[in-house]
Amino acid sequence: MKITGSEAVIKCLLEENVDLIYGYPGGAIMPIYDALYHYQKEVKHVLVRHEQGATHAAQGYARSSGKPGVVFATSGPGATNLITGIADAQIDSTPMVCITGQVASHLLGSDAFQETDIVGISTPITKWNYQITKAEEIPTVLAKAFFIAKSGRPGPVLVDITKDAQFELIDFKYQACTKVRSYKPEPSSSLKELDAAVDLINKAKKPLIVFGQGVILGEAEEEFKNFIEKTGIPAAWTILGLSALPTAHPLNVGMVGMHGNYGPNVLTNECDLLIAMGMRFDDRVTGDLNRYAKQAKIIHFEIDPAEVNKNVPVDVAVLGNIKKTLPQITEKVNKNNHENWLKEFRKRDEIEYQTVIEKDLHPTKDEMTMGEVIHAINEETKGDAIIVTDVGQHQMVACRYAKFNQSKSNITSGGLGTMGFALPAALGAKMGAPEREVVAIIGDGGYQMTIQELGTIFQTGAAVKIVVLNNNFLGMVRQWQQLFFDKRYASTELVNPDFVTIAKGYYIDGEKVDKRSGLKNAVKKMIQSKKPCFLEVCVEKEDNVFPMIPTGESVSNIRLS
Amino acid sequence: MKKVKKFTVSIYTENNLGLLNRISAIFLKRHLSIDSINSSPCEIEDIFRFVIVLKTEEELIKKVITQLEKQVEVIAAFYHTDVETIFQESALYKVKTEALFQKKKVHTIIKNSHASIVMVSPEYFVIEKTGKREETEKLYTDLAPFGILQFVRSGRISVTKEPMRITEILEKNK
Ligand SMILES: Cc1ncc(C[n+]2csc(CCOP(=O)(O)OP(=O)(O)O)c2C)c(N)n1
Repeated sequence: MKITGSEAVIKCLLEENVDLIYGYPGGAIMPIYDALYHYQKEVKHVLVRHEQGATHAAQGYARSSGKPGVVFATSGPGATNLITGIADAQIDSTPMVCITGQVASHLLGSDAFQETDIVGISTPITKWNYQITKAEEIPTVLAKAFFIAKSGRPGPVLVDITKDAQFELIDFKYQACTKVRSYKPEPSSSLKELDAAVDLINKAKKPLIVFGQGVILGEAEEEFKNFIEKTGIPAAWTILGLSALPTAHPLNVGMVGMHGNYGPNVLTNECDLLIAMGMRFDDRVTGDLNRYAKQAKIIHFEIDPAEVNKNVPVDVAVLGNIKKTLPQITEKVNKNNHENWLKEFRKRDEIEYQTVIEKDLHPTKDEMTMGEVIHAINEETKGDAIIVTDVGQHQMVACRYAKFNQSKSNITSGGLGTMGFALPAALGAKMGAPEREVVAIIGDGGYQMTIQELGTIFQTGAAVKIVVLNNNFLGMVRQWQQLFFDKRYASTELVNPDFVTIAKGYYIDGEKVDKRSGLKNAVKKMIQSKKPCFLEVCVEKEDNVFPMIPTGESVSNIRLS
Repeated sequence: MKKVKKFTVSIYTENNLGLLNRISAIFLKRHLSIDSINSSPCEIEDIFRFVIVLKTEEELIKKVITQLEKQVEVIAAFYHTDVETIFQESALYKVKTEALFQKKKVHTIIKNSHASIVMVSPEYFVIEKTGKREETEKLYTDLAPFGILQFVRSGRISVTKEPMRITEILEKNK
């Protein structure tokens, strides 16, 4: 029996075990929505309030569940509204399949109503994209799309389907894609590289690991833990690596990078071996490359050959999925410990505690700090929650202080730094891991970039806990203005609406805390609630996040104040 | 100072709509300007070969190569210097036919430069010359006094002295 291209699209999704789609309908994708109508039992569609929200929700879903997020949008403005989320997914390696409707094929190129060249526009920010003009292409192209999105280093793909192809009738036959001849998702390493890595690891006196999201994407948390426990090597994380190793693990030495911890940043320039594990030496991590780990030998465990030697030249590259490469290394390396070297980190932790952390977490001043809010959340969730952050000071503070017991728990926009990410991403994260507590930590600026997704949260009933840390400023930009632009606060002060009333307008329980005495209880109440909840906390307006490596500075010159 | 050199990039790809866009985006992203670009089928069925010439630093071109290879439909990419390749460009010169009769010298120029006349009409004639850049440029200067009505030069095409082993790569990924 023949079916329409639209129905074929839905059937492909079912073949790929998709049970959730985030999207927004419109003229050019209406046939697909009509087909979806007949499959409501098999696949749930979440109607967002803006297509950008659909992409971030799909990202949150992908990052909490490990499955690709799926997005639908119509042609023209629907499709262009996806761009920020696609770019974010590309730079943070999030598997996502976007399906956009397109004007009928005979109209392509004619500036038809709601026609945009979405394939052209999305090319530099997708792992792969394709325009379908004939229904018969649907099964093979979608199979390929899912395979590419998920395999190797994951990423977003976009498939644009003309309206006539959605109507056209075909015989449906689906075959999952397992290979594309021009594409090598997982490069391999020779014995020579593995042995060279083992040799460097065995010889190192002061080794340091910096791990990134590669550990999580490769689902190699266990393999990673076995490796560090056998070798006794201190392990620091990038913002996207956070939660791959429990924060309380004795070998976890904290965060590297611009607002990372004092110890791992400074000691990057004192270690004799730096082991980069599924991370890509982003400039926010390395600071000035000419003064980055020059004294150290470097081993890079990496799935994407384009990342090797891109920013930092390495001595040994172990290519491949660390889930496979790391156990081979662990087996061969000597059991070891680096007690004295580890003490160097703990010494610096103590300095950081005295100068920064104590007054962040246990302030004596009247105004509340972002740090103490995160601390209060930790106390309540005991490190079991998924924390979704937006972009800015609150993000850095949350990543610095949030406690995590399990992986896939820290969801943030790292590479692109997309304000507006957190609210929709938290919704997606909750739907991807419904049994887990999901707490979104958002600034008063970024919150207002996708605030309309409160509507989606209300409509789905997803029990997301939303915390807005309100400092009445675009805080991170204000901090830079204070430190580097002589306090000229150009357009960073915000006059905000009554956030609690807005939440209530969406029938979401809301509370505002402006005194320390109310914090603990409000957090407790929020976490204990089984419904979506909103909590606004008024924090000190002009607090700064420290430590900080100013742009272009060396990691050694990290400022504590 | 880093050394800027001329490189020929060869990219083997699937024959896919939009791939040119994807490839050029990688150069654009790094603010690299392309001197010439050529695309044609290659010795393997259904596989295309782009030949792109540009001037940049070797360190950078290495990174561009890995980023090109990362694209799903790129099979392999390479870079070479001039000495590692055999390369040619083609040029066409459209000249007023008068020149042929008025000045005998034109014949000598064409003959000496190993160019050929591809067509002659009462109004104009067309000369074709394949060779290195210096050769097509020299012919241009030599013909200029006779009035060149139109001039066009193709992008570089090149083959490498070393084998490319694309079939082997394809076999491996099968
Ligand atoms: C979409 C977008 N626009 C602009 C920026 C630049 N930016 C980075 S942090 C920041 C301030 C964020 O302010 P807020 O959301 O209030 O969080 P805070 O820093 O105060 O915690 C801005 C404007 C960005 N990252 N993303």
